[in-house]
Amino acid sequence: MTTSIEETWAALADLADPEIPVISLRDLGILRDVRAGADGLEVVITPTYSGCPAMSQIEDDIRSTLKNKGISARVVTQLAPAWTTDWMTESGKEKLRAYGIAPPHQTPAAHNVVRFISRPAKAEAVPCPHCGSSNTVVSSQFGSTACKALYKCQDCQEPFDYFKPY
Amino acid sequence: MSAATDYLLHLADNALVLGQRNAEWCGHGPILEEDIALSNVSLDLIGQARLLYQLVASLQGGGATEDKLAYFRDTGEFRNYTLLELPHSGPLSGYAKGSLDYGTTIVRNFLYSALMALLWEALEKSANADLAAIAGKSLKEVRYHLRHSRDWLVRLGDGTEESHARTQAALDHLMPYTQEFWTSSPAETAAVAAGIGVDLQTLKADWDGIVDAALTEATLKRPLLEGYVSEGKKGLHSEHLGFLLAEMQSLARAHPNGNW
Repeated sequence: MTTSIEETWAALADLADPEIPVISLRDLGILRDVRAGADGLEVVITPTYSGCPAMSQIEDDIRSTLKNKGISARVVTQLAPAWTTDWMTESGKEKLRAYGIAPPHQTPAAHNVVRFISRPAKAEAVPCPHCGSSNTVVSSQFGSTACKALYKCQDCQEPFDYFKPY
Repeated sequence: MSAATDYLLHLADNALVLGQRNAEWCGHGPILEEDIALSNVSLDLIGQARLLYQLVASLQGGGATEDKLAYFRDTGEFRNYTLLELPHSGPLSGYAKGSLDYGTTIVRNFLYSALMALLWEALEKSANADLAAIAGKSLKEVRYHLRHSRDWLVRLGDGTEESHARTQAALDHLMPYTQEFWTSSPAETAAVAAGIGVDLQTLKADWDGIVDAALTEATLKRPLLEGYVSEGKKGLHSEHLGFLLAEMQSLARAHPNGNW
């Protein structure tokens, strides 16, 4: 019996990101497609940051999940179009916030991209995921993983991670 | 070798060599946040290098792999800019060891990121679709690298007397090596002719704009350029690359075909 595309999607629906286990690969936008290829089903994934050490773990997790559920499919990595945090689902962003990570803003439009100045004249505020205050400051552009920046809330004094727009 | 592989190796070697250099700060950063920041920048650069080496290996075929390209080529086969292999300190030669200087690190990352922010954007239109895809990803990453190094350039340049003097000295030392950006290597000329590469001369005015605006804000003086033009991208390197490669390649060479 051949597995359908829908069944494969369903099998992978809850597979979590290894670094941020509250969010699924589907919510993150890493799991791009399940399609019928020349030699059977193909699961298409796209890497986040070029050097993200979680990518090989993600591939292994997908393979073993498929194997455990008796689904035969190939994992294909696709670079273009490049992954963007704009693909993150609304429910995924909500889960991040509940977990204590501020979800990413929309990425700036191409014509608006920083070139000659260090940052936009008026940077969009990143609300604190703990107390909701917009009175926050960046401590470092690079946080505990490549995809996050480190922020601090000036009101509740809590430090927090911000998932950077990519 | 084809125009594409020569050019891709130049881009890959740039990313790998600077990634390895910056990684020397891992565990030695001036503050914890900067230690983490530079490690993350290195991670991005090494990730970009891997994508490019994988592409080269697939074009070369015949058992080529990303690891062979990174770990089993010698100094003369590397095609990175000389700028990227220099130690994190002022002018040194031979075995001399200087202490790590954060001003040097920041100035180098700024000069290179400013170039790559422009080059990756232009390479998104490369005739080689795989390179265009890698450029699309790398562009998103280098914009954060540029923002980070530019912020620190301004903070150090317009900081204390000591930080200003050290950043200006780093700029005086490193800026002459950027002359290499604007000369053409045979690999670049061939790649431009094939529509794969970008003529850097077309990016120079924008690069000057980014650099001049940042230096003004940082109260630093742009040095006049003259003298020796480095040729790392043609395989003619400073004495420093050999030491860097020795450290980076020793483990893979001690255990060839090792898996971990």
